[in-house]
Amino acid sequence: MFKIAKERLNELYSKIAENMPLFMPIKKAGQVNYGAYEAGVETSVETLKTVKSPKDLFFPQSENMMKFKTEGKNIEVIDIRSEKDAFVLFGVRACDYKAIDVLDKVFLADPVDTYYQSRREASVIVTLACSKVEESCFCKVFGIDATAPQGDVTTWMDEGYMYWQANTEKGENLTAIVKELLDNGGETEVKAQQEATKAVIDELPFSNLDLSKFKPENLNELFNAQEWEEMSEACLGCGTCTFVCPTCQCFDVRDFKTNEGIIRYRCWDSCMYSDFTLMAHGNSRTTQMQRFRQRFMHKLVYYPSQNGGLYSCVGCGRCVNKCPQHLNIVKVIKTLGGKDND
Amino acid sequence: MKDVEMKMLERAKQLLESGEVARVIGWKKGEFFYDPTPASFETVDELKDFVYDWFCGANLSKYLIQMSKKEGKTAVFLKPCDTYSFNQLVKEHRIKRENVYVIAVECLAKLNIEAIKEKTDGIVKSVDVEDKDVKVVTTNGEYTLYKPEVVLSKCAVCNKTHQAKDEEIILHERPERDVNRFEEVEKLEAMTEDERFAFWKGQLSKCIRCNACRNVCPACSCVKCVFDNPHSGIAAKANDSEFEEQLFHVIRAFHVAGRCTDCGECSRVCPQHIPLHLLNRKFIKDIDGLYGEFQAGETDEGKTPLTSYTEGDIEPKDVFNGEAK
Repeated sequence: MFKIAKERLNELYSKIAENMPLFMPIKKAGQVNYGAYEAGVETSVETLKTVKSPKDLFFPQSENMMKFKTEGKNIEVIDIRSEKDAFVLFGVRACDYKAIDVLDKVFLADPVDTYYQSRREASVIVTLACSKVEESCFCKVFGIDATAPQGDVTTWMDEGYMYWQANTEKGENLTAIVKELLDNGGETEVKAQQEATKAVIDELPFSNLDLSKFKPENLNELFNAQEWEEMSEACLGCGTCTFVCPTCQCFDVRDFKTNEGIIRYRCWDSCMYSDFTLMAHGNSRTTQMQRFRQRFMHKLVYYPSQNGGLYSCVGCGRCVNKCPQHLNIVKVIKTLGGKDND
Repeated sequence: MKDVEMKMLERAKQLLESGEVARVIGWKKGEFFYDPTPASFETVDELKDFVYDWFCGANLSKYLIQMSKKEGKTAVFLKPCDTYSFNQLVKEHRIKRENVYVIAVECLAKLNIEAIKEKTDGIVKSVDVEDKDVKVVTTNGEYTLYKPEVVLSKCAVCNKTHQAKDEEIILHERPERDVNRFEEVEKLEAMTEDERFAFWKGQLSKCIRCNACRNVCPACSCVKCVFDNPHSGIAAKANDSEFEEQLFHVIRAFHVAGRCTDCGECSRVCPQHIPLHLLNRKFIKDIDGLYGEFQAGETDEGKTPLTSYTEGDIEPKDVFNGEAK
């Protein structure tokens, strides 16, 4: 394990950025989101929850996929993809790192989404263990240890230092690049911090939510539960929860006419939107209750039943913080998840 | 605040028990002490979760578009600012006024939990208000914050009074105060064009196009928004270029101009904290200047500057050329 004094972190970031693009929590116009590190930016790696998760780096909110040119009855399809150069994604928390697993199971399953795959393969992920958590955090419920995230490199931070440990070959290579800035040490400090943070996490209000009822065999019962009406009553039908969510993966594909042919692009979509399931025959979900139910059934029942029990919620708590009317997955879990929630 | 909540609860019980109303719209307790959710209560039993506190910032008036069409009368608790939205929706024939019973409730400003968290360390345990002091207890200790610095942006310059009511529950009068709600707009006006462009570019580029501002907005009551309509030609779920968001927000601001009551919900709900209310407030200030002072939602009837014509109206070219006074 290595360490570097916090005052020298900018040197560390610069050193990485000299070698490959670096993306990390950056404060812009008052809010912290993942962005490119460059001269003059305000980094904010200590921010517990960026507004948007780092999923943009693999699955951008909006992305051009291909171009078409038509001449008479001929259509030329132009592949506009380029080779993705290696990049570093820095400061990823344990919940957001676990979310990448959830996305992988969707985008890397057959047929492989090559747009996503190329970015995943190009990434070197440096995670950051949590030391200050919030009451809206509940990653523990999903078996995530916020104090020991994996990734190519794991880092920890305390008052004075950042500690650094490579986990993979990619991580070792990155370590070699910044080696001159690092000193040995940190095992004792990291262990102490992990224990202290775990004790706080154990006491968080949502750390012991009961998920036992969310099983494939209960699908019909859960789907038909009376409580959905009441739980969704105040829902505005906006996309905030889906767009700040690190695991939401739905997208829409559209064509855009330009002066130089047609561009096909995809962009994030939200099951909360009224036209989400609009098809030629009409819309199979006509009420906000049905849309609301879909989102949580997907995360807690449908996805796990197709992916060996893995839930597609990682307990980051962004939806808990950001829903304009304070509806969220915790309320759903408490209402339908099992008897230990009472 | 507890005394007001008790009074409201008592009244809600009476109204439901007597059958005068079929439902009451208010707020119900959240997971924490700071996250109440708008809710409709149809039985006295459901009222066990009823709450009215320093965090009930949500404007309930838009829910009445649906609720007022239901069977039976709906009682609703409206804060001063909410009544303007209510009147505006009645005026636009979106709410059936005869089906609604308005209980005007006092509001001494609502708190912004995110602002409180920014100014404190540790996990927030409790928040109490004593006059201008907000006493916050966290796992790290106790803090005393200055209330005007931790209220919702919409409350910071509010001097509104109830414009619609069938009865009222007001136990504490809010003192009159000297506030200028256009102060922030004036700061933007004083900027050079380039500075202003940079300001809005920085702010609007954060937009994630979640539509929370539109969906919460009482003035955005179209059954189908142009941005959701595939036949409109401008339907879009995401920005194509880095700064396409200006299109969405500027179109929206134009669309609600003259109807926006300055309820401030757009800025309250924005997950990226974009000060969207400043776009609307600029329009309000300009309308005041060009047509004489006008406050949307002050009444539920009558003509409005942008929807009625008089011979003395300013010529658009004079506005464009900067000749308007």
